[in-house]
Amino acid sequence: MSVPAERKPKVSVPFDYNKYLRPNKLPHIWCPGCGHGIVLKALIRAIEKSGLSKDRICMVSGIGCSSRTPGYLDFNTLHTIHGRAFAFATGVKLAKPELKVIVITGDGDALAIGGNHFIHTCRRNIDMTVLVYTNATYGMTGGQFSPTSPIGTTATTSRYGNIEPPFDACEMAKAAGATFVARGTAYHTLELEKTILEAVEHKGTSVVDIIDACPTYYGRMNKFKSAAHMMEVIEKDGTVSVKQVDKLPPEKVQGKLLRGVLHRAERPEYCEQYAALMEKAAGK
Amino acid sequence: MATRKPKKFMQGNEACVEGALYAGCRFYAGYPITPSTEIAEGMSVRLPKVGGKFIQMEDEIASVGAIIGASLAGLKSMTATSGPGFSLKQEGIGYACLAEIPCVVIDVMRGGPSTGYPTGPSQSDIMQARWGTHGDHPAIAVTPAYVQEILNETIRAFNLAEKYRTPVIILYDEIVGHMREPITIPEPGEIPVVDRLKPECKPEDYFPYDDRYEIAPLAAFGEGYRFHVTGLNHRKDGFPTNDSKLINENNLRIMRKVEKNREDIWKNEEIFLDDAEVAVFTIGSTARSARFAVQKAREAGIKAGLLRPLTIWPFPDKAVGELSGRVKAIIVPEMNLGQMALEVERCAAGKCAVEGIYRVDGEPINPQQILDVIKKYK
Repeated sequence: MSVPAERKPKVSVPFDYNKYLRPNKLPHIWCPGCGHGIVLKALIRAIEKSGLSKDRICMVSGIGCSSRTPGYLDFNTLHTIHGRAFAFATGVKLAKPELKVIVITGDGDALAIGGNHFIHTCRRNIDMTVLVYTNATYGMTGGQFSPTSPIGTTATTSRYGNIEPPFDACEMAKAAGATFVARGTAYHTLELEKTILEAVEHKGTSVVDIIDACPTYYGRMNKFKSAAHMMEVIEKDGTVSVKQVDKLPPEKVQGKLLRGVLHRAERPEYCEQYAALMEKAAGK
Repeated sequence: MATRKPKKFMQGNEACVEGALYAGCRFYAGYPITPSTEIAEGMSVRLPKVGGKFIQMEDEIASVGAIIGASLAGLKSMTATSGPGFSLKQEGIGYACLAEIPCVVIDVMRGGPSTGYPTGPSQSDIMQARWGTHGDHPAIAVTPAYVQEILNETIRAFNLAEKYRTPVIILYDEIVGHMREPITIPEPGEIPVVDRLKPECKPEDYFPYDDRYEIAPLAAFGEGYRFHVTGLNHRKDGFPTNDSKLINENNLRIMRKVEKNREDIWKNEEIFLDDAEVAVFTIGSTARSARFAVQKAREAGIKAGLLRPLTIWPFPDKAVGELSGRVKAIIVPEMNLGQMALEVERCAAGKCAVEGIYRVDGEPINPQQILDVIKKYK
């Protein structure tokens, strides 16, 4: 039952990604131009910096393109059913609190079919890092609109333009009680690596909304010239860092998503609360 | 020394809690639903006292997900529910079948369909226990009829789940779940408890679906094996495959592990069957009525008997097949519209008459109803 102790290694250059990958499971399934591979890189580098041992990490995902990530990584990995990664992850974490649980999910997986589990995971503040890959698309099923698709955008199920307003995953996580809420993008790679590291090192539910792009479906259907052009429009120009927001004129902030750590709070963590409950119960 | 253990007066759902704890269950996730809620209440009190974990999840789907996760982290896990909740859990049950994760799901049957009759009994989830989740999959379901038996069968359910690396369903109706009877809690060691096979090989040699075994050892997350689990069709190393040959082999293998071991999984109680000319086949509280009816029939000089399966899935094909060759009729009373009777007809294959007695009004089938039909075949 015991897990090997951790140590803090020095980050060496060149970086040995194969230490964390399952090289014989590559190539990955993601399309050319998809940002998921960039997020994977940032995630691996963040985990190296965290010093967590591979045996101690349990990575849990739902269904969708992003949810294939755990299969490529040499951790304890669990690819579950659509929307329910949070529930499976809660079972793993509560059963074995010494594991570091990381949930990999997409915006459809986390915010539509898994919305209820997302909210209650945040409410419990169970120690878990949640990475939401937000690309406004159901990619694996062929490009339908998702709960983060902006109004007016085109998808295979919104041919006349999407009429549903999008969710802000960060606002929801904060309102539901997550104690670390951040946003990154696949474009701002180094910043994303740092944000994921902070999320992983946080005790409690940490949520990182990662703005990512699906050039194959969203990009083509919404007339982006290329994958790179899409990244510039959505991720670079469509976001603004929380560190800069106060220095910018309002017109430069209007309609843009905030990047960086958006919310931090101190609140009792669920597994610690449960441990205290067990002591109380044992005395009765 | 040999002082007899005192009897405890206990409700069926409470006995389920006792059985689970005896079997080594250390994780429960659930959602409140009538008439199974007492199981969650009991587990919430008892588990933390023995170092176990209880969590009330946000819904039924989350509950089955959490127990699968906890089982993979190494804890014997269960959830309990009733009708509508059992429907919601089906996708998770299918996941546990394919990914071969041991766990126990209790369905205290209430009237349906839909919200139906929450406080009334039924036996209408028999087919849902077999075919509730999509795709072909193995199924094991046990059907206790007495409070003591709920305790014992809960232990057996955990043992079967651990032994065969598959979800096991405990099915009983609301009457048995809420009935109070005196029972004896077994001493530690009195009833065997089975734990899943764990790997002893080096991590690099470990395959979670190792085809050299009929049922492969299952490591827990965090023990250094770092394996992959998915609900996709997978290879022996747990990673997804599109290879039709491997998909076929794996689908057949998970069916076979239950099919080949039916003799070990089957369990029946037989009353007055040796010389019976007419037999009753039923489960749960209906079997209690049937037992009384059969006794009354015997008193009246009718050679009646009772076949009561404690394992309803896999269906007791052999016992019913044999019985059908030596009785005039098999009477199948059930609180549904003929879910078991169809199976009995299949096994009897025309060798004897099969007559169902059905009831879906939320009232139990009483002994007189069964006795009246027995008399038709004297």
